[in-house]
Amino acid sequence: MGGARARAEMRAGAAAMAPMLIGVIPFGLVAGTTPAAVGMDWEAALGFSIILFAGASQLAAIDVLSRDGSALLAAVVAWTINLRMLLYSASLAPYLAHESFRKRMGASYLMVDQNYALCVTRWAEGKGDPKGRAWFFIGGGLLLWSAWQLATLAGALLGETLPDELPLDFAVPLVFLVLLIPAINSRPAAVSAVVGGAATVATVEMGAGSLSIVCGAVAGIVGGVVTEIVLHRRAPSGPPEPLEDLG
Amino acid sequence: MSRTWAAIVLAGIGTFAMRASFLALAHRLSEVPPWAQRILRQIPPAALAALVIPALVRPHGEIDLWQPRLAAGLLAALVAWRTKNVALTLVIGIGALMLFQEF
Repeated sequence: MGGARARAEMRAGAAAMAPMLIGVIPFGLVAGTTPAAVGMDWEAALGFSIILFAGASQLAAIDVLSRDGSALLAAVVAWTINLRMLLYSASLAPYLAHESFRKRMGASYLMVDQNYALCVTRWAEGKGDPKGRAWFFIGGGLLLWSAWQLATLAGALLGETLPDELPLDFAVPLVFLVLLIPAINSRPAAVSAVVGGAATVATVEMGAGSLSIVCGAVAGIVGGVVTEIVLHRRAPSGPPEPLEDLG
Repeated sequence: MSRTWAAIVLAGIGTFAMRASFLALAHRLSEVPPWAQRILRQIPPAALAALVIPALVRPHGEIDLWQPRLAAGLLAALVAWRTKNVALTLVIGIGALMLFQEF
């Protein structure tokens, strides 16, 4: 695909992504202020946003580190939250199979919930030029990436000037809450959430510390899978439901 | 390397590997087996609940069901459910917490 057509596809992707920035920017501010609130410097805040580039897992890793968890535990918690990217990757692979390896790796780095949701629905309906798919994905991804980095930096620099009376640390569970509610989209998912939450509280009460997040999540997953098998006794089908508003 | 940067690099490499997994092998693989999908689809609700619930029911290191964070969190959950809007949920949740802390 020639340069002009590639640029047109990137612009179309960015235009489709633009409305989603309304949810991305406040979340990015939180991703920047939270590391500052637990005593990290702005370089670390930006490091999380550039190297990890996945909002909920950034906040979770920072949470583990702030409670004296090890680097490995923080990474394990981040991986747990990002495992859904495996599903996104699998679901996008057939659509991008014809693209060059380099473009597929670029798309991988820029893969977030919004980008996935935007493209998988568009491509499933047969819309857009099949040859321009990677550029469309990359265009939307780059716009979101830029907004995310700027919002993180602004949050990290503003963090210290924000008044103490403002309970900004509460923004972290609230962001997870906005993602949790639409994720509870079936009875197995509801069981998964209830068991996951209860098991985390139980294991932390027993002294598991920040490892309780992984224990709780695994218990929730087991509960959800068992419920699905008991209720349906059939294999799920179709693409996964994307989460909304995740940076 | 500091603990923070070690966590950033480890989390980043693992996350990129997951994002790239099937796209790297796009010409060979195209489907996740149903049993794996079944596990993967339960991850968001379980992991997110594991992050949210303790912050609401034991904000100060022990279970406490009569405190402003749980009340503000339940109100925010209602807003999140009706609007799915991050900014609005943050504003109402934090505003409610500040208000409830006054009582």
